[in-house]
Amino acid sequence: MAIWGNVDSNVPAVTALLADYAACIDADALEQWPDFFTTECHYKITTAYNHAKGLPVGLIYAHNRAMLEDRVVALRKANIYEAQRYRHVVSGARITGGTGDLVEAETSFLVVRTMHDGAQDLFASGRYLDRIDTSGNRPLFAEKIVVLDSDKIDTLLAIPL
Amino acid sequence: MKTPSSAAAPSLWPDPGFTHIPYELYDDPEIYARERERIFMGPTWNYLALECEIPNPGDYKATTVGDVPVVVVRAKDGSVNAFENRCAHRGALLCLERFGNARAFTCVYHAWSYDQAGKLVGVAFEKGVKGAGGMPPSFKRGDHNLRTLKTATKAGLVFGTFDHAAPSLDDYLGPEIGGRLERVLGKPVKVLGYNTQVLRNNWKLYAENVKDPYHASILHLFFTTFKVNRLTQKGGILVDGSGAHHVSYSMIDGNSAEAEYRDAKLRSDSDEFGLKEPSLLDGRDEFGDGITLQILSVFPSLVLQQIRNSLVVRQIVPKGPDRSEVIWTHYGFDDDDGDLTDLRLRQANMVGPAGYISMEDGAVGAFVQRALPGTRGERSIVMMGGDGVESQASRATETSIRGFWKAYRSLMGL
Ligand code: FES
Ligand SMILES: [Fe+2]
Repeated sequence: MAIWGNVDSNVPAVTALLADYAACIDADALEQWPDFFTTECHYKITTAYNHAKGLPVGLIYAHNRAMLEDRVVALRKANIYEAQRYRHVVSGARITGGTGDLVEAETSFLVVRTMHDGAQDLFASGRYLDRIDTSGNRPLFAEKIVVLDSDKIDTLLAIPL
Repeated sequence: MKTPSSAAAPSLWPDPGFTHIPYELYDDPEIYARERERIFMGPTWNYLALECEIPNPGDYKATTVGDVPVVVVRAKDGSVNAFENRCAHRGALLCLERFGNARAFTCVYHAWSYDQAGKLVGVAFEKGVKGAGGMPPSFKRGDHNLRTLKTATKAGLVFGTFDHAAPSLDDYLGPEIGGRLERVLGKPVKVLGYNTQVLRNNWKLYAENVKDPYHASILHLFFTTFKVNRLTQKGGILVDGSGAHHVSYSMIDGNSAEAEYRDAKLRSDSDEFGLKEPSLLDGRDEFGDGITLQILSVFPSLVLQQIRNSLVVRQIVPKGPDRSEVIWTHYGFDDDDGDLTDLRLRQANMVGPAGYISMEDGAVGAFVQRALPGTRGERSIVMMGGDGVESQASRATETSIRGFWKAYRSLMGL
């Protein structure tokens, strides 16, 4: 599959999946966030530096959907942080590979964080490196690596990206 | 740069002892400048690097001591040098990359160059061009070497001090803290990844937070929410004689750590509020002593963390009176097996800017910072566990915070 200039037939479905995914988080529907993933999914938020150097640690690291569900419960019931919202702006998807029902895609994102008092900052920019399982009636992330352009996290990262 | 005269000091901090801390210390620019001079550039040992970050001759890392830029370099003979990352000519940064390898360090501005010990070895057009211009005869290269730090390594950590008359690193740490430091660094180390947490608060609010066991089970509700009960645990706080450094730890009492890990997992498993994926709580008693948590601080800016099998070096970096950063360097050991690496990666979910039991620490300092207006002349209260700075078995104590202020007061002359 071409890296540049492809018009892959999966582009509309992947773009729609990413739009739904971002809308779910931005609408604070975090209870539904794990539903975008397969049961055996891998999810990781890392930095461009760690990713380029092959350093494996993540800011958030999950090796199945249950760990994502646990994170949502923790955010709702255990962790203490000031009320805040994200606004994702997601680029069109680029299909970068895949075999069979698995599609690999890369997408850019920006996230603006708005605090309860109205303070706004560009909180994160980066790439989603996704492996998407298209075998079911709805495409799901089998793997989602969130690669942040910067090493720096302002204050804390509670809501997932 | 103005620094407060010592005559002004008594009015800033009238109380003797370390139980009442003036809020002014958290946002005063003059205090900040004085800290740079007296603490970070004074007789303290500051974390510079892991040895494994600069394994080969010429390998360097650009870092800071406090907010002062420095470079730490592995020399040909295997020793480690450190010097200010600032050209002696007109002050440009010398190393712009975080890591690299260099035989010599050449400034991009006018190409003055320095060897791996920070000695000035080259000045572009020193003799001028076609007999015109150039440096006057009074100019001596040897007068313009970079300011060096004294360095020392311990258990794979590289430390540096600007004060060449400072006591040795081992004397600075003392045997108890030194031993606890070696406990979590006993083998060749490898880095598992980095990130940086930006704090909208003075660096000391984070340093205090690290030394504050009082807040742990109150602010961080993860374990209680998920009903991760612990077996009877013992633990305590060790404070070194100077007050500067501390260790807080908890350990299994009368049972094996492996059993506690199993038990925590089982309870969490069986409870309706339990974790759906209890493998987060798997653990290995890798040091064989039943200690499941050890937080160690070396004044002023190093924190070494063992939370179960999550091992992290944290460096606190001041960035102005009301801003700081914490650089998190996750590590494991060269001989880790795949399962142990998996444990470390899973448990990393508990720490750092997104950590289940630490994300709040990124915010509480800012809650104090934002409430500072109106506090001139006011003082915070650090009286839990008395007014001393001795080691204590209870964790309902602020003894190690008082220790911090004891060391701080004496270095700052306040
Ligand atoms: S400032 Fe470095 S050579 Fe001029
Ligand atoms: Fe904490």
